[in-house]
Amino acid sequence: MTGTRDIPLPTADACAPVPVSARSEVAGTGASGGRTAPLLHVDNLTKHFPLKGGLLNRTQALVQAVDGVSFNVLTGETLGIVGESGCGKSTTARLMMHLIRPDGGTIAFDGRKVGAIEHGLSHRDLHRQMQMVFQDSYSSLNPRLPVVMSIAFGPFVHGLGRSAALKRAMELLQAVGLDPLLFANRYPHELSGGQRQRVNIARALALSPRIVILDEAVSALDKSVEAQVLNLLVDLKAQLDLTYVFISHDLNVVRYISDRVMVMYLGKVVEIGPVDRLYRDPRHPYTRALLSAMPSMNPRRRTVEAPLSGDPPNPIRPPSGCRFRTRCPFAEQVCEAVAPLLLAPPGDALRAVACHMSVPKSGHSRAVAAVSA
Amino acid sequence: MQIQAPSRSVVSVENLHVRFAMRDATVSAVNGVSFELEAGKVLGILGESGSGKSVTLRALMRMLPPARTRVEGRIRIAGHEITAMDEDALRKVRGAKVAMIFQEPMTALDPVFTVGVQIAETIVRHEGISYAAAWRRALELLEMVQIPSAARRLKAYPHEMSGGMRQRAMIALALSCRPSVLLADEPTTALDVTVQIQIILLLRQLQQDLGMAVVFVTHDVGVAVEVADRIGVMYAGRLVELGSTEEVIERPAHPYTAALLTSTVLGSAFGRRLDTIPGMPPDLRALPEGCSFAPRCQFCQDACRVSMPPEHAMAPGHTTRCLRIAAREIELAGPTLSARNTYVGGGDRP
Amino acid sequence: MADAAVLSSDPALALKRAQQGQSYWRRVWQRLRDDKMTLAVIGVLALLLLMVIFAPWFTVHDPYVGSVLRRLKPIGTPGHWLGTDEVGRDLWSRMVYGGRLSLLAGVVPVFLALLIGGFLGILAGYVGGVLNSAIMRLTDVLYAFPSILLAIAITGILGAGLQNTILALTISFIPPIIRISESITTQVRHLDFVEAARASGAAPLTIMRYHILNNVLGPILVYATSLISICIILAAGLSFLGLGVTPPSAEWGLMLNNLRQALWVSPFVAALPGVMIFITSMCFNLMSDGLRQAMDVRL
Repeated sequence: MTGTRDIPLPTADACAPVPVSARSEVAGTGASGGRTAPLLHVDNLTKHFPLKGGLLNRTQALVQAVDGVSFNVLTGETLGIVGESGCGKSTTARLMMHLIRPDGGTIAFDGRKVGAIEHGLSHRDLHRQMQMVFQDSYSSLNPRLPVVMSIAFGPFVHGLGRSAALKRAMELLQAVGLDPLLFANRYPHELSGGQRQRVNIARALALSPRIVILDEAVSALDKSVEAQVLNLLVDLKAQLDLTYVFISHDLNVVRYISDRVMVMYLGKVVEIGPVDRLYRDPRHPYTRALLSAMPSMNPRRRTVEAPLSGDPPNPIRPPSGCRFRTRCPFAEQVCEAVAPLLLAPPGDALRAVACHMSVPKSGHSRAVAAVSA
Repeated sequence: MQIQAPSRSVVSVENLHVRFAMRDATVSAVNGVSFELEAGKVLGILGESGSGKSVTLRALMRMLPPARTRVEGRIRIAGHEITAMDEDALRKVRGAKVAMIFQEPMTALDPVFTVGVQIAETIVRHEGISYAAAWRRALELLEMVQIPSAARRLKAYPHEMSGGMRQRAMIALALSCRPSVLLADEPTTALDVTVQIQIILLLRQLQQDLGMAVVFVTHDVGVAVEVADRIGVMYAGRLVELGSTEEVIERPAHPYTAALLTSTVLGSAFGRRLDTIPGMPPDLRALPEGCSFAPRCQFCQDACRVSMPPEHAMAPGHTTRCLRIAAREIELAGPTLSARNTYVGGGDRP
Repeated sequence: MADAAVLSSDPALALKRAQQGQSYWRRVWQRLRDDKMTLAVIGVLALLLLMVIFAPWFTVHDPYVGSVLRRLKPIGTPGHWLGTDEVGRDLWSRMVYGGRLSLLAGVVPVFLALLIGGFLGILAGYVGGVLNSAIMRLTDVLYAFPSILLAIAITGILGAGLQNTILALTISFIPPIIRISESITTQVRHLDFVEAARASGAAPLTIMRYHILNNVLGPILVYATSLISICIILAAGLSFLGLGVTPPSAEWGLMLNNLRQALWVSPFVAALPGVMIFITSMCFNLMSDGLRQAMDVRL
């Protein structure tokens, strides 16, 4: 760090009663697969939305929002999911939560398949294990209920008595840094964006889930509030032994909070791997373009050329073969003919890339050489 | 060396105050903003929500609801005294001398007319040339903003275009009458990052080619760094710091600016607790006496709470509203943003 | 900070001690209080209601007793301050007692339609799918008939009388209420907090009770209030046509019909029931407008 007298700015968040506990050991080593079975296993998840129109409201086209997405979420890690609009990350989140029904593919939580008859996991039980925080802090809260009731609703529905549910809600308010005596009876419109998002987090934690999906949870907040909420999330994760799936379009935030990152493009996973390595050495051309499109923070070295031209294409008629080929500077004929599989490039077992250039003997002129054993 | 030439400023704002009279209270959205902008330069106004940046921008074109708004101060744009003009005269200036682009192009473009028609009509209304000539100009404009297949897109409706293209169309519409000043209200906030950088580069190029002065409002530090020659940091309706981009980013001269820069989440901060600014922005209905940042400032002293610090020039062209900085009692040293941002991706930048 | 002991011992008590929030309805009430016009209108309606319920206290003469000698006395006649009708009955008494039936026929159908239509509409909006289509297409069929024609047809078939009038009007008002209930419920159904409630595994009825109803009933209620003014006019219209309340009952529409012949002789007296209908309907209209404005709180 350069600079002379480094005067630190206050770090303690003014209303955080939660002590900063040691960061979870697992966080740094979550990428070392093979240690434990994945907590969540998503296999070939697919969702196509029909576009209806015409005289008889027939299905005229299919929006291929999510197409054959497979990944794991390891216990105790934070998996970041990044991508631009139309990539399917929000749809993936809702499919994981089973808020929408998938057209294909399976989800297995802790080894048990969701919806399976034998030894499967019911949807109700899935919801106990996995909860979600939405982006719009305002519309995720019932404007007619005091916030304590919004939080208590989940436990109440799952059998906890009214009094016990309220008690839990008050404790959770405290845990997210809001004084229950001041905030319990308030209504959503009386809170600021950051405070509302804390309430949403408390609501998500009310059922003691093991996985929390954060769908652009801090995107709508001011930068200073965002930092406060991120600190809170990190603290809670350590305290309560949580696993996070963090969806965002903000690459900086994802880099800060994630252990592994998954990059999506047009309904498919294009790259997945440990965060630092992925950011330092992106293999997929889209990842590379995405990362270099971030605005420069150095006024003396401004960006000179945009890494990608045009807009993300329409998920209705995605390009054949590799979906990124229409904007990829390295596209060749094999890319049009064959869709690349998500595979580990040679010599890098922790990563997976869906690109012909990372697969030896794929037919691409720039394909890497195989690593000799 | 500073060229002291206010006569070359194409935008001149003096002591702007904007107050909204609401049902139960008066909201002081802008409390004494002054700045000058030369032709061909970009001023980035950086601030969070509630800082008054968008209100300032709209006040420059007097686009605030007249019934509830009280505007004080002097605004001069391209030689016109905006504050003294009547509505008819203002309408001639809007679009022709001063143009504005918005965050949400879907609401800025009329959905029932094609893009070509909207642009051509604006040109005809302001410049009085024939419709055919205006149509040709519209085609040139769409090509200038790098919309592919421009001729076909002239006949497209806004909803038929993608987000990035709509934004470009909106820029074309804004530039149709060759304004000398462009006001941009967070035009890239709603865009994907790969599109955002394209629009930023486009705006920079257009601004240089056409020699326009641009006032660019944003909450994103990175965008401000890419776009602006000078940055003004706003907090609670005041410019707490104003200076060249290099100065403000590398040598911030106000505790709020420094706090904003360090609390911008950087990927390299992994493993450390993020620095946050404690507390919340002040209630604009009841601003405290004295420096509005004082309740949240770690350097606050009693003198800071007495009255609002005046503007003090740290260096020519670099002003700050902080008593202690002005008196050189404290120094906001610390790692510069650029040094901390370890570059990502194999490629050109270090 | 909250006392941990308090929190763990009795959360209900702690909740009571916690600072009260400002609920939506409290804000509506505050806005209503500032709206002098609407308050005045509500006052007028309240007064009307009082007079109509406690009619014997407000009138002197029997509304059913007439005297040929005192036919069509003008306004201001001593003893009959609003004059008398064509059979000599005191007009003031007739109006006050008539108010009972007119208001009944004006408010009850809307109330019943609200119960039935509201239930069906909310059900259709929440469940969606085939049930929604079935209910909405049925509504469309009923909607195809103008309400007054529908009412006339029904009373024509079933015969005149207060009960049939109420039935006919109820049926006419069910379709618009279904429409609006379904529309509002569908919107609320797709909001994030309802998704979040589903995500916490709640049963549909629970979600309905805690999340849907309290957001949906407000607007539906306001819409229904605006229908009352129409209903009063329709009820009066039906009686005017002889399809509603039958003589010798006092009812404003019926009175209008009966006084028609007296229009040339005693125009002011003949117009009085019409004036009453107008005032009452207008008051309900203004009240519902005021309610709607008060409820349009910028959240």
